[in-house]
Amino acid sequence: MSDLTSLTLADALDGMENKRFSSAELTDAFLAAIEQANPHLNAFVVVTADKARAQAAESDKRRAAGKAGALEGAPLGIKDLFCTEGVRTTACSRILGEFTPTYESTVSANLFRDGAVMLGKLNMDEFAMGSSNETSCFGDVVNPWRRGNEDTKLTPGGSSGGSASAVAAELCLGATATDTGGSIRQPAAFTGTVGIKPTYGRCSRWGIVAFASSLDQAGPIAKTVEDAAMLLQSMAGHDPKDSTSLPADLPNFRAACSRSIKGMTIGVPEEYRMEGMPQEIEDLWQQGIAWAKDAGASIKPISLKHTKYALPAYYIVAPAEASSNLARYDGMRYGARVAGKDLNATYEQTRAKGFGAEVQRRVLIGTYVLSAGYYDAYYLRAQKVRQRIAQDFRDAFEDVDAILTPATPSAAFGLGEKSGDPVAMYLNDIFTVTANLTGLPALALPTGLDKQGLPLGLQVIGKALDEESVFAVSAALEKAAHFRAKPAKWWA
Amino acid sequence: MSSIDEKTVRKVAKLARLALPEERVKPMADELNGIMTWIEQLNEVDIEGVEPMTSAVEGLSLPMRDDAVTDGDDPERVLKNAPKSEDGFFVVPKVVE
Repeated sequence: MSDLTSLTLADALDGMENKRFSSAELTDAFLAAIEQANPHLNAFVVVTADKARAQAAESDKRRAAGKAGALEGAPLGIKDLFCTEGVRTTACSRILGEFTPTYESTVSANLFRDGAVMLGKLNMDEFAMGSSNETSCFGDVVNPWRRGNEDTKLTPGGSSGGSASAVAAELCLGATATDTGGSIRQPAAFTGTVGIKPTYGRCSRWGIVAFASSLDQAGPIAKTVEDAAMLLQSMAGHDPKDSTSLPADLPNFRAACSRSIKGMTIGVPEEYRMEGMPQEIEDLWQQGIAWAKDAGASIKPISLKHTKYALPAYYIVAPAEASSNLARYDGMRYGARVAGKDLNATYEQTRAKGFGAEVQRRVLIGTYVLSAGYYDAYYLRAQKVRQRIAQDFRDAFEDVDAILTPATPSAAFGLGEKSGDPVAMYLNDIFTVTANLTGLPALALPTGLDKQGLPLGLQVIGKALDEESVFAVSAALEKAAHFRAKPAKWWA
Repeated sequence: MSSIDEKTVRKVAKLARLALPEERVKPMADELNGIMTWIEQLNEVDIEGVEPMTSAVEGLSLPMRDDAVTDGDDPERVLKNAPKSEDGFFVVPKVVE
């Protein structure tokens, strides 16, 4: 049964339904795989083996009783940004110490409602601030993919690096992730996995440690487009506990994956052809365009002329919201407290010891741009630029049903290669960040390998609330690309 | 817009309640200036007459809920993660001298 971990979510659910194996067996196979790989990949920061086995046993009973849920018995990983009742949740920051929630996030609760099994908590950049998973207080996550025969350690991307690495290395069937500027899609592209950030408000943010509230959105990382659709179906849905949660009906995302894209119009934005972009990325994009045409879609060049301003606007909006959200970490009610000579010194020492370098940098930027005299020049201006970017998309979507772009400007890079230059690191999110600023759904899927054998991905962006078109186009591209490459299990 | 000097870094760190060791002030000023200089390109955008974007999804109003107690009376859960607690209270440093 050693190849149980190589199944897709859809096939694993079929296998359990047809009694070829139980959730208990599947769960044990994943726990064994984690034990072997995790010392090398550092994808999990907590492994909840006992909880997983207990959940799997309960799940097998439910299935036997004919009460199987949509994800019955499926072992998943949960990003450490999601509060999990009774299981340490730290956002991979020292400041949360041994914080153990007494409640469950809505998204993880939805997955358990549908029968999912939790294998453990996944590593990530501290408070989801990073694009390489190098800012976690638990250390770097390693990408299972390598350049040819080299043993250079590569980043799995970030901030959902643990989620992406674990799915790519077959340590879970799928994982939860979150995306504030590209943190689902960039790691998916770097690891040959599929990740979708749905429309802002599809998934409840309740119980997810907040980074930038107007941008944060949960979504899955999975092995296939169909698996991602099934996971999102369970994760999403209106939640009165989050006032920005959308009171909209959920369409059948899985059904959308088999919808024909014949007659659809797909936009290709001129501004995403960046200076210095590797030829391989351009070729990948052209190949995607050709596949979409072959599947019956028509292609239309579009202009999103404020694209280059998206990242600078993001680096005002996100740190501003983060500095406000992270004000709650004062060492008084939870987390690690460092005593100082008076109350202010206690706050200052607690936060200086608890926050890592990148988080401190962003808290200071956010505090600066919101400080007296600068609000209009920075935050207000950025929110107006954001409106310009949103208008570009509204105009484009008058004529097209979906937009096709590269997911990232490069393949996975080596750990440490960019950590000395914040701006170079931020540019990783150049193709993904617009969907956060506009709230639009966007999916990254693998469609090829570069000449060093590393996966590269394309991104499909849809209209607000139209994840169905995103899934339809993505599934058509996935079928054409026939991407079957997997990383060698060099740790085994 | 002004560049960020060391005095500004100290002031912002104070506002953010972040103890910044003196030897970190100059490097932090340089890092922040690097980032803010890159951000300055936003000044090229014509924002005349543009409404600031305040919500990612259009046409939704903030929902109201009944002003009713739905939760509470559970001090043990509330205090479960407190760094210091006693007799159902959070223990915090002395605030009034």
